[in-house]
Amino acid sequence: MSALSKTSEDGSIIGLEHEPAGETRHERESYLRAGHTLRSWLLTTDHKRIALLYLVSVTFFFFIGGLAAAIMRVDLLTPEADLLTNEGYNRAFTLHGVIMVWFFLIPSIPNVFGNFLIPLMIGARDLAFPRLNLLSWYIYWLGGLFTLWVLVSGGVDTGWTFYTPLSSMFAQGNVVMAATAVFIVGFSSILTGLNFIVTIHTMRAPGMHWGRLPLFVWSHYATSVILVLATPVLTVTLALIAAERLFGLGIFDPALGGDPLLYQHLFWFYSHPAVYIMVLPGLAVVSELVAAAARKPVFGYWFVAYSSIAIAAIGFLVWAHHMFVSGMSMYAGAVFSFLSLVVAVPSGIKVYNWTATLWKGHISLDPPFLFAMGFIGLFVVGGLTGLILAMLAVDVHVHDTYFVVAHFHYIMVGGTVSAYFGALHFWWPKMTGRLYPVFWGRVTAVMIFVGFNLTFFPQFILGFLGMPRRYHVYDQQFQVLHVLSSTGATILGFAYLFPLIYLLYALRHGTPASANPWDVTGLEWTVPSPPPKHNFERIPLVTRKPYDYEVEKEEQS
Amino acid sequence: MSGFLPFWPEQASAYAASVDRLVLAFSALIIVLSAPVFLLIIAFAIKYRRGKPADRSHPMNRNVWVETSWAVIPFLLILIFYVWSTQLYFGLHRPPADALEIEVVAKQWMWKFQHAGGQGEINELHVPTGTNIKLNMISQDVIHSLYLPVLRIKQDVLPGRYTTLWFNADKPGTYRMTCAEFCGTDHSVMGGSIVVQEPDGFSLWLETSATDSTLAAQGAALFRRFGCSGCHEPHSSVRAPSLAGIYGQPVALNNGTAVIADAQYIRDSILLPNAQVAAGYAPIMPTFANVATESDLIALTAYIQSLATDNSRSAPIPTNIAPEGTAP
Amino acid sequence: MSRAAASPPLVPPAKQEHDATLFGMGIFLASEFLLFGGLFTILVFYRIVHGHEVVEASKELHLWIGALNTVVLLTSSLAAALAAKSAKDGDQRLTQRLLLAAAALGAVFLVIKAGEYSLEYGDGMLPVPGGGGQLVEPLSRLFMNIYLVATGLHAVHLTIGIGLFVFTAFRIWHRSIRLPQDQLSIVVPTLYWHLVDIVWIFLYPALYLQR
Repeated sequence: MSALSKTSEDGSIIGLEHEPAGETRHERESYLRAGHTLRSWLLTTDHKRIALLYLVSVTFFFFIGGLAAAIMRVDLLTPEADLLTNEGYNRAFTLHGVIMVWFFLIPSIPNVFGNFLIPLMIGARDLAFPRLNLLSWYIYWLGGLFTLWVLVSGGVDTGWTFYTPLSSMFAQGNVVMAATAVFIVGFSSILTGLNFIVTIHTMRAPGMHWGRLPLFVWSHYATSVILVLATPVLTVTLALIAAERLFGLGIFDPALGGDPLLYQHLFWFYSHPAVYIMVLPGLAVVSELVAAAARKPVFGYWFVAYSSIAIAAIGFLVWAHHMFVSGMSMYAGAVFSFLSLVVAVPSGIKVYNWTATLWKGHISLDPPFLFAMGFIGLFVVGGLTGLILAMLAVDVHVHDTYFVVAHFHYIMVGGTVSAYFGALHFWWPKMTGRLYPVFWGRVTAVMIFVGFNLTFFPQFILGFLGMPRRYHVYDQQFQVLHVLSSTGATILGFAYLFPLIYLLYALRHGTPASANPWDVTGLEWTVPSPPPKHNFERIPLVTRKPYDYEVEKEEQS
Repeated sequence: MSGFLPFWPEQASAYAASVDRLVLAFSALIIVLSAPVFLLIIAFAIKYRRGKPADRSHPMNRNVWVETSWAVIPFLLILIFYVWSTQLYFGLHRPPADALEIEVVAKQWMWKFQHAGGQGEINELHVPTGTNIKLNMISQDVIHSLYLPVLRIKQDVLPGRYTTLWFNADKPGTYRMTCAEFCGTDHSVMGGSIVVQEPDGFSLWLETSATDSTLAAQGAALFRRFGCSGCHEPHSSVRAPSLAGIYGQPVALNNGTAVIADAQYIRDSILLPNAQVAAGYAPIMPTFANVATESDLIALTAYIQSLATDNSRSAPIPTNIAPEGTAP
Repeated sequence: MSRAAASPPLVPPAKQEHDATLFGMGIFLASEFLLFGGLFTILVFYRIVHGHEVVEASKELHLWIGALNTVVLLTSSLAAALAAKSAKDGDQRLTQRLLLAAAALGAVFLVIKAGEYSLEYGDGMLPVPGGGGQLVEPLSRLFMNIYLVATGLHAVHLTIGIGLFVFTAFRIWHRSIRLPQDQLSIVVPTLYWHLVDIVWIFLYPALYLQR
């Protein structure tokens, strides 16, 4: 294969073959036109259509989870329990957590954009197992239906962490059903991760060796490894909770000599890497967007690529930093604190390298790139407050307070959701073949940035002042900051609704997009927008590195 | 500290002040590390805006030394703070031997405090200034977490296992105390206050709230009520180990190992009597798991502790605590 | 090498599909193994923390029934391996018989296991309603809880394996699988079967041999 790529080093930018294809015209048409029946969507094995099915699904769950958040923010306007009862508030934040983590954040970027783009980016016609891909969407919905059942049957009151013995012996809500929902959706994650790994290993186009993979693919590879290896541990742990609740088979029950901390270890062994499942795809998107924004190769390709792998690997070794005040040995605390600082190194590399990428670039401020820059800012704040939390003595004070809430929202919402919107604005023309009004995209990007900071920055202060999380009856002194936060949340809420309007408007009335509306590199931009059903008429021959803007630069100078 | 927009919490101990120093110093470092990112992104976005003429010659696409240095140097700087904060954390886990001990039982949704003199409080904890205080905590149901923001400390309170928290408050006042670990329906109202008093005020409070008997005396009553005395007292017909003087001492077990007879061991021996049986004795003791509450167990432990002949607690009980039998 | 050679046909070549399927199956099995990995972690943890009691509880299990089951399952794995081999050789009849033999041995395992459960139930050692009368020691109850969950989860996997084998044998009979060209349809379920077997090889010492 290397001999092949050497002989064609002088080829065109991407080295795409334009030979007459042996396909019918129908097959060359847009994937959106390949069948209009409901059946053609619900039984599709086309990765692009499945991506759109996921897009609709995760959007649905995003707004349900968001609604729970909105109710909480209204309730938190006053220090008393007025809108919600104590139990009602507990159910609201549990539902918010469960839906946002497992039904939005984890599947969002991988299942929508990973699904759509990985085959296009590596020059393949589909994922390795197209039917498995569809199956994982159905499994996702099976889990989703259980969640909705939990919702209508009164909810669950354990927090998304399902800590024992609260969840197994004391909680009154529908714990078993909620655990089942998460248990099921876990299999969807495993199958998606498996599909991505095999696809990236076996389906790359000729000449697309590992050093030519877009960074998006590298990060998704790292994400998939975590999905496959960490999810089953959560699955079995939740099964044990259900067994304890349903059949009284106590495994963590302290009355039997069991150890609730063991549950926490197992839970975080999954759930800390799960944080990286949520954020690595965001980093993947931003690496693409930064290069496109600056029209330059990403600074230090290999550092950025391997930093994703390093994050995934070290991410498996930091779980107990959620347990510094749990009664764990102080020596374990010291070790996990150290490892948590180590995992910051590859994240730091990414941020510095992105900044260096912008240097001497041709920077565009179109909507996707505004989202990307917003992402970097918010991710830096989230990451650095993570360092503060990794400091043992400080964590003892701010653990389980709003400081932690603010920290992970900066990573998950400021980071991942910004990246998700960035990706949506960047690849929307490719996915739908339509351009959207750029002005509104810019307005949304700025509003999300401002609204987000107004919502969550006050929460850092609240946490440092000692406001515990999961409290809706609070001390009078915190009210002003809570009101500020709720105000920000209102702005944020509207900002999240805007794209729903103008993107859907663009779907019908937008200007048709060219194959490469942003004028960037990448195999996905060499096919028409929207791509034909089988992506490539002929499988491309890759002869260049990704982000190869040098050719054009030479022309300019 | 009840300003319109508070942003720094009160401090009530030297430890709190040292945590705050760490926070400030570390914040300074992370601002230094992150400011270049924010400033450069904005500067580049302006200077190299697309279509704007600028010197873009010789762009660099990689430089291993630059990249390595911005990976390694911040990390080394952070390690300094790691050592600093880990030292503080270790200090927090090494309570001084002379600390005044207070027993804590958490349950859905209240805090119960037991002083050695028998004084009990609910959702309120009185402590003297300038004294090392050690809280021995256990939960009766789910996991709770005792959080004292003005002291910058918290510790989860587990079912089935004692955890401890120690501090030395130096500023009198009444401060917030909350539960930080989500514990069910009324989690957000499971709070209370810690009342830090000058030693004189504290002794006065102890006197006015003293009860008929000390914690150890309450334990002695339970010891008879549960029938422990029937076997464990000398001259008993059943062969059971004497408990006099065992507290804090190693106990040889019949599996060849030994444990220190601390509060955890005594609690486990009452609830799981056949798990760690003293060497030379038959595993015949019944469990008291469904009989004794956590508060009972604490009282029993205090009683057994009071039987210690050689008084393994090296520090004498502070004189300002009501001694046994001084009930009004 | 010509350029046209770089443009494979629409349908991926059989070799690529074959590799991808085996690779995917490998990842799936790794994932499955980690599922049991959580349970092993729990067992090891309690063994360390409550060594003495766990050993005492483990002594109550029927060591020889477990050993017999280990032999049964290893034999079934041998049959499964032979089935994969004969599938490569293209012997449809033999493959079908070997698959059914492996499935039958799996069923024997389940029958023995059920017998073991009922013995334990009779002894009051099984933590189910009405069956745990003798489990007075909390830690032996904890151990039996783990035992029941772990062996139960294993039995569920084994049942799925039996179903897969019977279904595959049916497809050979129905001629919807042709050998040796469709040998992957035999290899994949046998790989799964080996996983179930290996999990038992770990579970047996972890549960029965802690003495």
